[in-house]
Amino acid sequence: MTATANLATRLESVLGAHRVVASEAELCEYAIDSLLPGAIVRPATAQEAAEIVRFAITEKLAIVASGSRSKLHLGMPPARYDLALDTTAMHDLAHFDPADLTLSVGAGMPLRQLSKVLAEKGQFLPLAVPCYETSTVAGALASGIDSTLRKQYGTARDFLIGAEFVDGKGALCKSGGRVVKNVTGYDLHKLLIGSLGTLAVITRLNFRTFTLPQTHGGHLACFSNLEGASAYRDAIEKSGLALANLETLSPEMVALTATVLRETNAEFVGRLDPTQWCVYASFEGNEAVVPRIARDLQKLANEAAAADSEILDAASDAHLGGVLREAFDWLRWTSPSVALFRIALPQSNPGDLADLLCVAQESALRGALLVRAAAIIYFVMLAENEDESALRALENAAARVFSLAAAGQGYATILHAPSKLKSRVCVWGPKRADLGMMQRVKHSFDPHNIFAPGRFVGGI
Amino acid sequence: MAASLLRELNSLIGSSNVLHKIEDLVLYEYDGSVEKARPDVVVFPHTTEEVSRIVKLAAKYNVPVVGRGSGTGLSGGALARGGGIMIVFARMNRILELDLENARAVVQPGVVNLDITRAVEHAGLYFAPDPSSQKSCTIGGNVAENAGGPHTLAYGVTVNHVTALELVLPDGEIVRVGSKHGDTPGYDLCGLFVGSEGTLALVTEITVKLTRKAEAVKTLLAIFDTVDDASNTVAEITARGITPAACEMVDGWTLRAIEDYIHAGFPRDSAAILLIEVEGLREAVAAQATAVEDVCRTHHAREVRIAKDDAERDLLWKGRKNAFGALGRLAPSNYVLDGVIPRSKLPQALQQISLIGKKYGFSIGNIFHAGDGNLHPIVLYDPRDPRQFENAIAASREIIRYCVELGGALTGEHGVGMEKNELMPLLFSDADFDLMRRVHDACNPDSSLNPGKIFPLSKGCGEIRARKMAEALPAKV
Repeated sequence: MTATANLATRLESVLGAHRVVASEAELCEYAIDSLLPGAIVRPATAQEAAEIVRFAITEKLAIVASGSRSKLHLGMPPARYDLALDTTAMHDLAHFDPADLTLSVGAGMPLRQLSKVLAEKGQFLPLAVPCYETSTVAGALASGIDSTLRKQYGTARDFLIGAEFVDGKGALCKSGGRVVKNVTGYDLHKLLIGSLGTLAVITRLNFRTFTLPQTHGGHLACFSNLEGASAYRDAIEKSGLALANLETLSPEMVALTATVLRETNAEFVGRLDPTQWCVYASFEGNEAVVPRIARDLQKLANEAAAADSEILDAASDAHLGGVLREAFDWLRWTSPSVALFRIALPQSNPGDLADLLCVAQESALRGALLVRAAAIIYFVMLAENEDESALRALENAAARVFSLAAAGQGYATILHAPSKLKSRVCVWGPKRADLGMMQRVKHSFDPHNIFAPGRFVGGI
Repeated sequence: MAASLLRELNSLIGSSNVLHKIEDLVLYEYDGSVEKARPDVVVFPHTTEEVSRIVKLAAKYNVPVVGRGSGTGLSGGALARGGGIMIVFARMNRILELDLENARAVVQPGVVNLDITRAVEHAGLYFAPDPSSQKSCTIGGNVAENAGGPHTLAYGVTVNHVTALELVLPDGEIVRVGSKHGDTPGYDLCGLFVGSEGTLALVTEITVKLTRKAEAVKTLLAIFDTVDDASNTVAEITARGITPAACEMVDGWTLRAIEDYIHAGFPRDSAAILLIEVEGLREAVAAQATAVEDVCRTHHAREVRIAKDDAERDLLWKGRKNAFGALGRLAPSNYVLDGVIPRSKLPQALQQISLIGKKYGFSIGNIFHAGDGNLHPIVLYDPRDPRQFENAIAASREIIRYCVELGGALTGEHGVGMEKNELMPLLFSDADFDLMRRVHDACNPDSSLNPGKIFPLSKGCGEIRARKMAEALPAKV
């Protein structure tokens, strides 16, 4: 009996055969940078998840929890990967109280399925994350990936009100509750956001929900240079206009976006000029607010000397907004070797953006920028092949991106890179001053270091 | 306290920054709660480095340390339950940086909440969390307790507005967490420390987000002849998905006390009023105000007034925010409770609070953040009468238990402190406590920072607490 088969057999004795998978084909689907787990377990309840964790502690096994696995490659590859804990069987809707605008949902509930339940009551959860059609609610949360509704609704930390999870001692724990305002005890659930499964196995999440807006609007303004686009964006921020999303696309990003859009809305693509900087705004509200915002944006675009600007029709807005929401997903496959950075700078000025493009240019790489809401920058560098010279160019460029971010008192992380690059460059960037505090938190939650060891910041 | 500790403190920060005489210390033995505990020495550092050195000295002498802002807290969070050194941040009260372009302010913990807004309002910005005590409470205290306020309904509580912290750990180490941007890869350490009630670290610098003032605002005063109508109105506003910036309720008993004191224009013969504010873009505000008014009328509001100008709006808010002061005219002391319920349960919760009041012989007033289900029943009592005091505690315990039964929580914004630590098992299991304790110990292994807070000291909730509180009768007469 192989070690893997042996592990599966032992797990089956704990969970039952129907909860354990160890076929080669399925194991491959859970691979992280060519690393395969020894077995896949699919607990249907929090108690089963806790049993698995206790089993892992006894057997000294490392667990990587996942939902739809659309963001399984985020972070560094784990140092050990014995068990893939698939949360998709924990998908119950434990509570939905439309009158209170709160819900409590199993970790593995797909976002799309949840959105249908909420929409029946005129509500929604503002987690507009990439891979939306497949993502699970806990996966979206634990990945920390950006929602394109962040500008209006904030990040998950602004509407996650409680969580249930299995800690690293195999105990069922909870934090927060099901009310919208609560300061009872430590807010441990906030720590789970973006933790990539390194602290606990999430089994249930409680959220505050929101009312679906009456209507939506979209607007696109194009500028011949970065300065014009930035000035327009500044004017929008100062105007106080309530926008759901605001994104600036560099000319190269416009070209990449057009390629993806061509599949869904070829007519609109003709209106996207890949020589221009484009600023896309989306907004929502009632029948009076939406046209007013559209008019104001047109006025601001004219004042900023936009080369072109238009109020988008509903179909074009939906297509462009949808494609930008999915940018993380499709940007990864736009060339043979891709390094996708996420950069958060305290202030976003045109000089920083130009410097980033300069890094790509000087490394003989194609560079494209997507400046998202809340001054989050997605910067992608594309190499045309997968050879050593491409890797070396990306490696050197990555070091410069990390330096630029640090110089601007910000942070850069790599959301996606070839496996070979990840073996040379830490996706989390240089060592940080708060690493010690993070290690303390990690040890508190996971004293046996069984949750995705090595995947997180500073080797956590 | 060891004489040598006092000598060392004097030499460390100067005797003008150290208080140790009983007549001075009694000023620091209470806060806004009904609890009481006296520190052995009170110190006023000016810098983070001084805080670090004081903490190291405390470790050397094995005495506890508690941080304190202006002492307006309502759960005993800033009381020296274990004696020891109290660090008062009153002299660390500088605004260190205003970055208006990026809507950030970097401040020391002793800065008064409202002073942040005063410093930036010329640029159309403000600091959103607005506790009733915002004219005197400090941002450090707000961070420790994760303070809320009326407008947190739309804008969130303190944690939603903090992007970075400088901390001093119990061994004196200075650590920075978060970032000016606020989006820091890694664990959300700011989210952990905000609201940890001074039990994990002392906060010595805070970076906060500033919010842009809304284009338009309307403040509505809805007047009701029954409390049920008012609470049903709140439930329906929520259910219809209308999110006002604030939705406050004041019952008739309380509003009459306010009116006698503030003359805010609240009708004395009404059973309850709702103070509802909507803000945003003009068109959105107009629609929301109409929708709110419609719900109020559906639930038999006798009258709905819209403040016609800033002066009238300010007066209405003055009435709301000074309510607790107004109640001070009616009884020697009052006990402001803080519980949370699911918003749809508001009508039954208010009925139950009234019944519990009757059972214990109190008229319990209600003035609270109705929109997010954050109740503040107020029990008026005379602390000189031990029976009244015990009954006030018993009534409060029963009300909080009821909140939990309804699916709510122990505290929405005042914190657990030493007021509700023995009630924590109503919500949390042994496993929950074990994890919270491990997180606590990772930062504060010897419990030298703010001991006796948040975690229950006994498993039998209540009995020990009542005794301890009776021993610590407040001096507010």
